[in-house]
Amino acid sequence: MTTSKRKFSFSISLFFIYLFIMLFSFVCLYPFLIMISGSFSTSVDTMKYGFSIVPRHFTAAAYSILLANIGSIANSYKITITVTVVGTILSLVVNSMMGFVLSRKKVKFKRFMNIYVLITMLFSGGMVPWYIICVHYLQLKNTIFALILPYVVSAWYIFLIRNYFNSVPEEMYESATMDGASDFLIFRKIYMHLATPVLATVVLFSALAFWNDWWLGLMLTDNNNLQPLQLLLRTITANIQFLQSTNASPETQKMLSQVPTQGVQMAMVIITTGPIILLYPFVQKYFVKGIMIGAVKG
Amino acid sequence: MKMNSQVLKKSSQINQQPDRKEHHKKANSTWNQIKGSKQLYIMALPAMILLFMFSYLPMFGLLIAFKQFDFSKGILGSPWMKPFYANFKILFQHNSQALFAIRNTLFLNFLFIIIGTIFALFITLLFNEIKNKSFKRITQSITFLPYFISMVVVGIFVTSLFSFDTGIINHLLTLVGLKRINFYMSPQYWPSILVIVTIWKGAGYSAVVYLATISGIDPSYYEAAEIDGATRWGQMRYISLPLLMPTVIILTLLAVGRIMNADFGLFYNVIGDMPTLYKTTDVLDTYIFRALRQTGDIGISSATGFFQSVVSFVMVLVCNKLANKYDKESSLF
Repeated sequence: MTTSKRKFSFSISLFFIYLFIMLFSFVCLYPFLIMISGSFSTSVDTMKYGFSIVPRHFTAAAYSILLANIGSIANSYKITITVTVVGTILSLVVNSMMGFVLSRKKVKFKRFMNIYVLITMLFSGGMVPWYIICVHYLQLKNTIFALILPYVVSAWYIFLIRNYFNSVPEEMYESATMDGASDFLIFRKIYMHLATPVLATVVLFSALAFWNDWWLGLMLTDNNNLQPLQLLLRTITANIQFLQSTNASPETQKMLSQVPTQGVQMAMVIITTGPIILLYPFVQKYFVKGIMIGAVKG
Repeated sequence: MKMNSQVLKKSSQINQQPDRKEHHKKANSTWNQIKGSKQLYIMALPAMILLFMFSYLPMFGLLIAFKQFDFSKGILGSPWMKPFYANFKILFQHNSQALFAIRNTLFLNFLFIIIGTIFALFITLLFNEIKNKSFKRITQSITFLPYFISMVVVGIFVTSLFSFDTGIINHLLTLVGLKRINFYMSPQYWPSILVIVTIWKGAGYSAVVYLATISGIDPSYYEAAEIDGATRWGQMRYISLPLLMPTVIILTLLAVGRIMNADFGLFYNVIGDMPTLYKTTDVLDTYIFRALRQTGDIGISSATGFFQSVVSFVMVLVCNKLANKYDKESSLF
């Protein structure tokens, strides 16, 4: 009697658990659905009925307006892809080399190097000196390096990799040295292969950071040719007139009056974020694995 | 055997008083060792140089807070302020904007940490109750998705929800027969909105971290509890939650260490330049950014930045000390 009662109340609470999780998932997904549908909606519908999950009248006008500006979008794509690829590779190589060095027993000044890296996690000069150093002393303003170099090294990645390398038995290194392999060869041929899960984590998180970055572009470029995608999206959002100024043709003007500026914005969101959403189902589990590696190691 | 001899060697090295000859020999061997593992030092070089450029130089650059900065003269060449703390005076004037920014930074970060953690724990425990594998996988993927979106996009999401003319919230309000609310003119709503946005973006990620911790809990605890007749609720309350606590405390401490640093991306993209909302949403990072890039007042921005850096440093040290006390493994140092 009592057990059946408990079972009953339990399944009610289970029902609410499922319901709540479903609701929260819906809330998480909702803005994405709105973006997709909003980018295909007509301005009249949006004004009259607000955004809906399914467009009332389907139109691709927002995309055709963006197509007219394919030049700047393609250029931003080029910049973002370059920055992401080069930045991620550099980040992988530089951080894992440092992690490897910090895990070697025979390195003198290891304590110094550890502290040298650690301090950057604890103390930062902040935005103002960083900006002045980058612009005034390193002369990074309006160069592609400005969008890459500041994010390459990360103390988090270095320590994550170091901890992993520390757990590799030292005999591995010793026997390879006996066989006459140089440090760099051991690093490249043995340690890089052993650490694949950790290195995959670094690659994924760093690629995501580079792809999504707008901060470096905002601070260190004012050249339209160097705008990464996210910054272009920001520019369009902040300054929707960019459409009117670049397209004087009456045809476009007519289209503009039909499409909500928000529709164009949303289409732009889809274009810049699309690659992430498309890749997401495939890479998501690796991110989870990466977080687990990081979480276990502290 | 081998270990023993190593230990002996080490202790003998410590005990020996190195006379000059020994010292010379030792220095020589250090040099030889460095030469022998030359490659290792070369491999460390890129990271060391980049850290120097982008972390250490700015640290030294904090000097400008005490200078009358002149772009043409550089940091070292610029004259000192007279008195040297003059830049800081403006900062602590009665009712200054900087004080508002400090207060908002602390208050909002405090809200984010407390509410964000509680909510993340809540959905973690709910996720943990779900036994249907594919339902769990799909919903977890969906809640993790916002983590992957740039703040620029989040800003657009928020506008489409809260804008006066076409915002979804205002549309719903009119449907129910209520008056539209001009959110972008009403600072009182924004702390709550920002909390919701932070939860929306970060709860899925935190849940992944916490679920990783739960998956590391020995299943025999649950089995034993079940045999003793514990309900699911009891297991949640007396096993999952207590065993999650170390992770929660460490993550919270690390977040408290950064409480002086606002998420610039969030505030810059979600709020933007809205003087009407500064009262509740202007934080240190946006304040410094404005002074640096818009009003061009390097004196004020560098003094505020200096204050932020130093207080942050102290907070991080204290919080790490606490984390270290709580659990030796999980602090930064």
